[in-house]
Amino acid sequence: MADLTRPSQRPPSSPPQSSAQARSQRGPGSIPPNAMPKAAALPRGTGTILVTGACGRLGKHVVRIQHRERRVIGVDRRPFPDKPKDVVHEQVDIRRKKLKDLFRAEPIEAVIHLGVMHDPRASQAEHHSWNVAGFQKLLEYVAHFQVPKLVVLSSANVYGPQPDNAQFLTEDAPLLGGARFSEIRDLIEVDMLAQGFFWKHPETETVILRPVHIVGAVHNAASNFMRLPTIPTLLGFDPMVQIVHESDVVRAIGRALAPGQRGIYNVAGPDPLPLSHIVKILGKPSIPIPYTFGRALLKRLWALRLTTFPAPELDHIRYVCMVDDRRSREDLGYEPEVAIEETVRSVELESW
Amino acid sequence: MRSLTRLGGTLRAIAPLARRIVDGATSGIDDWMTGKLGEEFNERLARVPLNLTATGVDEFGLDPQWTKYALASVAFLHRKYFRTEIFGKEHVPAGRVLLISNHSGQIPIDAALIGASLFMDVEPPRFTRAMVEKWTQTLPFVSLLFARVGQVVGVPENAKRLLESDEALLVFPEGARGISKSFDQRYNLVDFGLGFMRLALETGTPIIPVAVIGGEEQYISIGNFASLAKLLRMPTMPILPQLLLPFGALPLPTRYRIYFGEPMRFEGDPDDDDAVIEEKVFVVKATIQSMINRGLKARKSVFF
Repeated sequence: MADLTRPSQRPPSSPPQSSAQARSQRGPGSIPPNAMPKAAALPRGTGTILVTGACGRLGKHVVRIQHRERRVIGVDRRPFPDKPKDVVHEQVDIRRKKLKDLFRAEPIEAVIHLGVMHDPRASQAEHHSWNVAGFQKLLEYVAHFQVPKLVVLSSANVYGPQPDNAQFLTEDAPLLGGARFSEIRDLIEVDMLAQGFFWKHPETETVILRPVHIVGAVHNAASNFMRLPTIPTLLGFDPMVQIVHESDVVRAIGRALAPGQRGIYNVAGPDPLPLSHIVKILGKPSIPIPYTFGRALLKRLWALRLTTFPAPELDHIRYVCMVDDRRSREDLGYEPEVAIEETVRSVELESW
Repeated sequence: MRSLTRLGGTLRAIAPLARRIVDGATSGIDDWMTGKLGEEFNERLARVPLNLTATGVDEFGLDPQWTKYALASVAFLHRKYFRTEIFGKEHVPAGRVLLISNHSGQIPIDAALIGASLFMDVEPPRFTRAMVEKWTQTLPFVSLLFARVGQVVGVPENAKRLLESDEALLVFPEGARGISKSFDQRYNLVDFGLGFMRLALETGTPIIPVAVIGGEEQYISIGNFASLAKLLRMPTMPILPQLLLPFGALPLPTRYRIYFGEPMRFEGDPDDDDAVIEEKVFVVKATIQSMINRGLKARKSVFF
């Protein structure tokens, strides 16, 4: 698994075309803009983009930023009540055939895949079918209709919090998130599928983004945790954590859309800080709980459906899982703009 | 969940009082510390080069406040309990540096004392960064304390990053095998790991060989209880008869002597074969062993 994570160090498994090989030697993310013959031929950066998972909080944010400059098609099985007028919303399941019609109807210039389901309450089978089978369908269409750009939103959680993690994990660190928390395995599989696609289809510029805990108006485990009225911590543990504001992630996605960009990028926010500083900035009380007791309690609460946090997620407030974002800063030119205090407090604001 | 909220409310109510008590206590400790350690301690503290982030810790979690108190308590051991003598402090350069030392004493007091001498005796004063066992990260409080005083998990990526930001990095290439030597094996270096040499070659870091004398006699170990160690998932479990005596848990007040050698610089390919790297490592090991032997010969008494 470890060597799968960095395509630049491995020869492509499929016999590549000569142009693909020349590109691959330089590694992901190192192509200067307009280096590709295709990019030179097409007026890039203005065509239609298709966003999956457009009705999530992050998806809406992406759509609202992108539709100012180009035509946007949102795909989600949920409704999009307050969508901007010029955005086309197709309420389809990405596993359905109808998705293909969207690709057939008009040339799509870029696909942004945000439609990853991570609901710890949903069944494994549903997760797998949606995340893996659905994504495979999407990849099939991207390849078949030769979409020049694919941006996949993975997560830094794929590395997983471990006691022996390096303080800053680079993009080639092994994806061990599933070792202690099996529910995250299909997210790792999505990341791996995207990596495989990166090599098999050099004609599509594939960008995989692995942001750290996204906070803001989004409803994910990190933001929900920070919204708790009293924040539980583990007695004697106070790991350094990285968080990133959702608008910074949207900015990183925008950077990834630039013609010529490809590769795997960690996306981190402003400076890392200890969990206790987050609690301090939020001005909330916190309760330190011994790990063994906390784990047993959380398991019981989970079984009684009183909490949305599965017990293995406790490792996130126990061990370090931070990423090295130098590559995205250097190659994508990404820079987080929201300061750390504002990023922390953003979970308290319900709308943007 | 509701009881959690209520408990939170109670905590909020007592928080100002608790804060006042803590503030009072810390300022009291600060005054006492200055009285005991002298103004020089604070003056040196202000001169330590730090790379702090916006929230007042460095990116590895080092908190200058925690480090201050940790150093203050180690300073007491350093000056009063072990009465450490330092030799060759002028050899430690100001920029990035790898301190390679012998490891001894069952618990890593040697690391603390090298850290104290780098802060209190060497110019300019620095916070020493050391690499700790991955296993320590699973321990509550220990992992927290280690992170706040600048100790990082022992993986090569962390070491490289620290050296690239010009820190002083302390490495014990003997690892856990070195610290738990039994008394009959004292001051005999066990095999060195090769990682530090690859690191030095890759980052162009000078190596300072360090010999620590006095650690082996602080706890007399007559063997290793391997099966119990395995059961407790600890690296080693030394057998220490002195623990049966009153106050036996305290290390014996031996006199520590720390020798800093001249900087050693190596050149070559960091990805070379083990055999090639091993030759270079052997040079460092031989230097440290001969520094130890000379130091032992010069020592008149274990305790004075």
